Amino acid sequence: MFIKRALLSSIVLATALASTAFAQAGRDYISIVGSSTVYPFTTTVAEQFGKGGKFKTPKVESTGTGGGIKLFCEGVGAQYPDVANASRAIKTSEIDSCRKAGVKDILEVQIGYDGIVLANSKKGQAFKVSRREVYLALAKTVPDPDNNQNLIANPYKTWNQINKTLPADKIEVLGPPPTSGTRDAFVELVMEAGCSTFGWVKSLKDVDEARFKKVCDTVREDGSYIEAGENDNLLVQKLVANPKVLGIFGYSFLEENASQVQGSLIDGIAPSFENIASSKYPVSRPLFIYVKKAHIGVIPGITEFLTEFVSPRSMGSEGYLAGKGLVPLSASEFAKVRKTVGAK
Amino acid sequence: MSKTVAQTRALVEKSLRRRRLAELRFQAYGIAAVSIGVLFVILLFGSIIAKGAPAFRQAYVTLDVFIDPEVLYPDGTVDTELLATADYVALVRGSLKQRFMDVEGRAATRQLVELVSGSAVQDLQALVQADPKRVGTHQMLTFLADDKVDQYLKGNITRSTPEVDRSLSDQQLDWVDALKASKALELRFNKVFFTHGDSREPEQAGVWGAVVGSLYTLGVTLLLSFPVAVATAIYLEEFARRNRWTDLIEVNINNLAAVPSIVYGLLGLAMFLNFFGMPRSAPLVGGLVLALLTLPTIIIASRAALKGVPPSIREAAIGMGASPIQTVLHHVLPLAMPGMLTGTIIGMARALGETAPLLMIGMVAFIVDVPGSLSSPATVLPVQVFLWADSPERAFVERTSGAILVLLAFLVLMNATAVILRNRFERRW
Repeated sequence: MFIKRALLSSIVLATALASTAFAQAGRDYISIVGSSTVYPFTTTVAEQFGKGGKFKTPKVESTGTGGGIKLFCEGVGAQYPDVANASRAIKTSEIDSCRKAGVKDILEVQIGYDGIVLANSKKGQAFKVSRREVYLALAKTVPDPDNNQNLIANPYKTWNQINKTLPADKIEVLGPPPTSGTRDAFVELVMEAGCSTFGWVKSLKDVDEARFKKVCDTVREDGSYIEAGENDNLLVQKLVANPKVLGIFGYSFLEENASQVQGSLIDGIAPSFENIASSKYPVSRPLFIYVKKAHIGVIPGITEFLTEFVSPRSMGSEGYLAGKGLVPLSASEFAKVRKTVGAK
Repeated sequence: MSKTVAQTRALVEKSLRRRRLAELRFQAYGIAAVSIGVLFVILLFGSIIAKGAPAFRQAYVTLDVFIDPEVLYPDGTVDTELLATADYVALVRGSLKQRFMDVEGRAATRQLVELVSGSAVQDLQALVQADPKRVGTHQMLTFLADDKVDQYLKGNITRSTPEVDRSLSDQQLDWVDALKASKALELRFNKVFFTHGDSREPEQAGVWGAVVGSLYTLGVTLLLSFPVAVATAIYLEEFARRNRWTDLIEVNINNLAAVPSIVYGLLGLAMFLNFFGMPRSAPLVGGLVLALLTLPTIIIASRAALKGVPPSIREAAIGMGASPIQTVLHHVLPLAMPGMLTGTIIGMARALGETAPLLMIGMVAFIVDVPGSLSSPATVLPVQVFLWADSPERAFVERTSGAILVLLAFLVLMNATAVILRNRFERRW
């Protein structure tokens, strides 16, 4: 008898629980989705904002830039996110799909820069490479050294085959998988820049962009480039274990692990805080957050959250985000961003 | 005759040695396999425990704080309203400067204040607001130390590293050493780790938010999957007629048990979020998805348990005049229950370790507040492990392993319950 009653009551309870979900209408916390690169910064602001005590701590999901913007663009209403983190600017195709779903007004806020570094263990020699050399080391097909116009399968096995001054070690680079925003940025800023140093490839860009992308963006698959997953901590550990291997990851991880790994000089410029902030370092990218204007005033706290985000104590050059590895905007850019947000 | 017996005997004795050796070899292979397994388990647990144990201790700093009325009431008027917005950082700064008189200049003072966690300000504010009479008094207060100080005390940051390459400067290390020498700075049990939600500051980050999220999620899973699975198992085993349809259902249930968990996440996204419009990141939806995931496992275990009840019990009940439903509820079900519960607990243990389906429904998220209801945003323990493993701060490395230890403790507890249930209540015939 007891079992029968327990069974019945638990079924009743379960259905009652399930039905509470449908009563959900508004939302009293900000919902943020998007890039895993921006995640550490947005979460820090969210936490500070939550400690202010007036509003609940925003919820931040790490979905990747593309996935985040897709969710963000699904519509207007409490079940859709209010803010999207992005490690690249929003694409026109994404703005179009946003518009189709009724998301018309989007506020773009640039929050700072991130540098992508090529690093190795401190036990090894510091690397000095150009973007052209990195391209030659990692592309699937490269221009034939004998006849520049020909493309051949990448013949380089060791670094000194590309440039005699580089070490005679096997080319082995650990980097992010294609789903990652870091990979997108690396391909665009290093691979495309490197292969554009070949005149005819560069002119290809205007004539046949698809072929240009194929030549420049395709990374070799013969074991010299190793996809290391999205976990950058693991990558750092692997670099420490093998001093001859290079790794590709975001600047904040280099800063945090400066006692174990060193950044390579790219085109003669070291990946330092100052060089990234002044855009001297060639492999840096802007980071953004996108805000749905239709949600401002509907979901409580969005304006206040933005004010906290663009305040000097967070985004400023001495702010707490700089402490987390964000490379801040220049003074004039910062003033401009503050103006667009409407912060006093 | 006797000759043939002797011959046979010789033959057998000749082969005996070979057969015994074969058996010995086989045993050796078995022992080798088991010991390799045990070795890996020891290595895995050893490395997790070695890495995770320091997470249960945290550096705390004790300071003599003068709750300065001039800072809290800058105009001289005593107004408790002002306490909500006062500059508590100045109090912490003042206390540290009192301790290190020779520190001058903004940069040096900033470095000094960095040694104490940002949570000190909130703690102080809460303390003063709770009792405004404390204004104007000296208090010996214990605050969390910054995660870098904590790492230095645990030996993960060392003086031998060149100054530019470590996150603490030589001067900061001198201060830390001075505080340590006067016993103002020490490692204590890390209470925050067990009472707080997630944080971007390692010293303020805890697993409690994830534990509560896991409990809510598993609660929903249990309430939904157990009754449905038991009802399904009873119907299929005791009442349904064997025909093509029941065969089809049976095959499907067995197949569902082997479907990769991410598929359930996609189903949850399409059905619960997009179709029913349930909230993202809620333990309710997580529980629903995990319930779907565990249903086949529990159904299969429950059917096996029902099959294990001898037919004589059913025949005796029917023979005494019980109706089929009475037979099942009064006699078969109680006897099958231990087996069903074991299956349920094992299914729940699997659900506790899942992250993939939760990714799709937004439970892989940074959530600071400990969830208060089934529809408030929450995350679960394995997701917390995943998020911390990806954080750049060094102090999160040990917290990752610490969270794994908490997760393992829950798993061991659940599996132990299953074993105890089986041993105590299982009937053998």
